Amino acid sequence: MSKKRIATVWLDGCSGCHMSFLDMDERLVELFQQADLVYSPLVDLKEFPEGVDITLVEGAVSSEEDLHKIQMVRERTKILVSFGDCAVTGNVPSMRNPFGVNAVLQRAYLENVTLHPQVPREVVPALIEKARPVHEVVKVDVFIPGCPPSAQTIFLVLSDLLADRMPDMAMLTRFGA
Amino acid sequence: MTPEELRKLAESQEEARPAPRHRIKICVAAGCLSAGSDRVRDALQNEVTRRGLENECEVQGVGCLGLCTMGPLMLVEPDGVMYQNVTESDAAAIVESLGKKPVEQLVCPSDMSFFTKQYKIVLENSGVIDPEKIEDYIARDGYTALARVLEDMSPQDVIDEITRSGLRGRGGAGYPTGLKWSTVAKAGGTRKFVICNADEGDPGAFMDRSVLESDPHRVLEGMAIAAYAVGASQGYLYVRAEYPLAVKRLRTAIRQAERLGLLGNNICGTTFSFHVDIRLGAGAFVCGEETALIASIEGKRGQPRPRPPYPAEYGLWGYPTLINNVETFANIAPIIRNGGDWFASIGTEKSKGTKVFALAGRVKNTGLIEVPMGITLREIIFDIGGGIPDGHRFKAVQTGGPSGGCIPEQYLDMPVDYESLAKVGSIMGSGGMIVMDETSCMVDVAKFFMDFCVSESCGKCVPCRVGTVQMYNILNRITSGEATMEDLALLEELCDMVKYTSLCGLGQTAPNPVLSTLQYFRDEYVAHIVDKQCPAGVCQMRQ
Amino acid sequence: MNQPVRVKTLKIDDRDVSGREDETILEIARQNGIFIPTLCNLQGLTPIGACRLCLVEIKGVSRLLPACVTRVEEGMEVYTQSERLQKYRRMVLELLFSERNHICSVCVVNGHCELQSMAQVLGMTHVSVPYRFPRLPVDASHERFVVDHNRCILCTRCVRVCDEIEGAHTWDVMGRGIDSRVITDLNQAWGESETCTSCGKCVNVCPTGALFEKGKPVSERLKKRQFLPYLTMMREERR
Ligand SMILES: Cc1cc2nc3c(=O)[nH]c(=O)nc-3n(C[C@H](O)[C@H](O)[C@H](O)COP(=O)(O)O)c2cc1C
Ligand code: SF4
Ligand code: SF4
Ligand code: SF4
Ligand code: SF4
Ligand code: SF4
Ligand code: FES
Ligand code: FES
Repeated sequence: MSKKRIATVWLDGCSGCHMSFLDMDERLVELFQQADLVYSPLVDLKEFPEGVDITLVEGAVSSEEDLHKIQMVRERTKILVSFGDCAVTGNVPSMRNPFGVNAVLQRAYLENVTLHPQVPREVVPALIEKARPVHEVVKVDVFIPGCPPSAQTIFLVLSDLLADRMPDMAMLTRFGA
Repeated sequence: MTPEELRKLAESQEEARPAPRHRIKICVAAGCLSAGSDRVRDALQNEVTRRGLENECEVQGVGCLGLCTMGPLMLVEPDGVMYQNVTESDAAAIVESLGKKPVEQLVCPSDMSFFTKQYKIVLENSGVIDPEKIEDYIARDGYTALARVLEDMSPQDVIDEITRSGLRGRGGAGYPTGLKWSTVAKAGGTRKFVICNADEGDPGAFMDRSVLESDPHRVLEGMAIAAYAVGASQGYLYVRAEYPLAVKRLRTAIRQAERLGLLGNNICGTTFSFHVDIRLGAGAFVCGEETALIASIEGKRGQPRPRPPYPAEYGLWGYPTLINNVETFANIAPIIRNGGDWFASIGTEKSKGTKVFALAGRVKNTGLIEVPMGITLREIIFDIGGGIPDGHRFKAVQTGGPSGGCIPEQYLDMPVDYESLAKVGSIMGSGGMIVMDETSCMVDVAKFFMDFCVSESCGKCVPCRVGTVQMYNILNRITSGEATMEDLALLEELCDMVKYTSLCGLGQTAPNPVLSTLQYFRDEYVAHIVDKQCPAGVCQMRQ
Repeated sequence: MNQPVRVKTLKIDDRDVSGREDETILEIARQNGIFIPTLCNLQGLTPIGACRLCLVEIKGVSRLLPACVTRVEEGMEVYTQSERLQKYRRMVLELLFSERNHICSVCVVNGHCELQSMAQVLGMTHVSVPYRFPRLPVDASHERFVVDHNRCILCTRCVRVCDEIEGAHTWDVMGRGIDSRVITDLNQAWGESETCTSCGKCVNVCPTGALFEKGKPVSERLKKRQFLPYLTMMREERR
């Protein structure tokens, strides 16, 4: 049996979910005997490859760039996993949504800044109107709530998926923690 | 007043008013009133006075004559000529023509099927009597049913008669009236209430308003008979605050009836007493739901509560309460006068009597109609309604307002009764009937009614409060070309969930317009979603 | 004279159980360790049947009925866990999460919230309807308490406890449909309320982070509800 190809991507999140992923510690070794990590912010690879079996997505879809990225990732992935509350619910990145993009940029780059207040137009990708959970943009197959999900949860989910089982998320974790 | 005196009064009415040679009956119900019929009435009266014809010709304001689109409408008797679209400047010509050739250009052909295919029980006095004169009502056998009941029927006799008639509630759900009365009658305790539900809130519906404005005593008589049958001595008329004319006429009617001893203490000289008070609706559609209505009368927030217990056991202030619709009560006196068997001979096996509809939308003749149950939709729309104007094609007919559904062409020959309408995904409802042609977009229609439910949801239960908003948002995305087929699937799931989990009828029926249009016009939804096109050309697609 | 209380026997999820005629399906289920999810209901307050989480199926009855207000009847056969009910319950939760702004990770009651744990218990892993993200106020004018409308699920427990137990009737609901909102007095700031006795009962019965006490760390925000059954019992006895 050939090894499964796993990837992780990072949209609008704090990287906490990836930290929790690393918290699997020695169990990582166990997992990666059955799978290859083919793309991740944790490893240095430029291009998201084709033919990925499982992709964990951290973070909400907040910018034009996130939008393009997640669509591409969806196309190239068999099982897409919303990984953590930001991906599942919008979580912290969505807290700007009731106020609208402009109000948020004003507050962040003008009102709260004393030195050269100005809204950046380049470098920082343009925000879309609302930060959205991943499944409002593309189809998602598995949801792992939690901010962040515990290492144990991630391990159980990945073990199941690697064994071609759909994990039963019900009692594994909850929103928030 | 005893029954004997009542009969005398009726006779003396006839005598006291030696029929003038001519009588002009002009509709002063809300529809014609808004078209200025009160000014026309005054102009006619002035004209009659100017010519010194006061003894020859009487000008009388009456209730709705039915063909409201053609208002102001008036009827000249005994010539039997009906005029439409009358203005003040026509007054001279009309008075001049009395007894001669009618004013040709104003004549409304009253032999048209609009009038001949109807069957009037509830509206028998509408447009015939002056609603502000109890004498007019009495002259047409008014209050004789009440007198008869008090004279020689036991409460159980009354209930049996109503049961035998097969009358079902006209407020929407069609619950058997006799059964409801007997439940309240059997409920223990000495304090009971009778409530008349006149909160009519469906968009476009004005059946109840018209009955109250045109023949208020009929409703009061029905309530009094009900009170006698169930053992209540206090009644409430819960009327929409938006119906000031109905309220005014009801106030007048109650005062007149009390003066003649037909309401109040010791009615017709018996031990039976019944008082009626008017309560103004808080202006919310949901206040028409019986438990919300009761809460509203109690001075609480007008929100429904779970049933059971039903008001028949636990109603106003916790006492057994009978609550019926205006039209239901309006049927009671004729049933008592003519017998339950008479009533049961009209209509179909399970739906007896007649139903009043407010016919609207894309038909030539719109207005208020009363038809026997079992008449086909085709007869209503094409004979009474005169068909679709301007060479357009019939597409669907919506019955039951925001709780009902859209019925397509293939069911035009279906009889109009509770069961048949339910079978095709709609309901009888309270009597709204909107005809649509090919220029109507069915998704847009569904969206219109969902919008209504969103703004009328009371907010108490989660499925209706949030579910209707989510459904509306999806419909909105569909009509602006932004939805996917997944959205459609989600819409159907929400319809199912809101229908089966909502607390009251509003939420439970809110999905019906969507469900029925999906059932018969699914291709229109798909056209919006997949082809980004509105086949009827109504919806603006965002590109 | 006291009427004898009749006892009814019935079946819940195929188990034979019995209860007094004035008890609800929910009460009997709980006595027998059968779990029926609830949110608006709280023992000691008048049940209102509003959240619809406790809907159950009853054999021979076409409608689903809320267990919290439905009295037991002889021979009833109640089913509490069908696939259909579980799906509807998850959808109720999804609608609640979509209605306002629930950001559990930064919420004052994270870990002690009935809505949050209900989502976990009922296996709601995500919200399939779009989030609405409405803009809602937070009123921190009271010296001890805060109301954050972003977290309110309109269960009206606060309204009922303040009215039925404390007798202050500070809370009410304003507006209708999706615009409904709990208000203090005549929609004045809570801090300016002349009726509020600052007893804290509403805060303790609130199932979510909508009502909370100022200045307490999250770990101490366990809500205390033990007082309710006791208070209602005392009141019943006094009657
Ligand atoms: C949302 C809602 C609105 C209603 N509005 C009315 C109304 O305006 N008039 C009415 O008679 N019944 C209305 N009903 C039905 C009443 O609850 C009740 O069934 C009816 O008044 C009973 O009278 P009936 O048996 O004579 O039909 C409404 C029901 C619901 C659920
Ligand atoms: S879910 Fe929590 S831990 Fe994960 S990225 Fe979002 S904020 Fe960070
Ligand atoms: S179904 Fe709608 S109107 Fe009826 S109680 Fe629920 S929220 Fe109120
Ligand atoms: S109230 Fe409960 S569900 Fe809402 S954000 Fe707070 S913890 Fe989460
Ligand atoms: S603190 Fe007590 S009195 Fe004040 S609002 Fe809450 S329950 Fe009512
Ligand atoms: S504030 Fe709390 S207790 Fe009051 S309605 Fe909202 S969620 Fe319920
Ligand atoms: S209102 Fe005048 S005819 Fe109907
Ligand atoms: S707990 Fe029964 S409806 Fe909320």
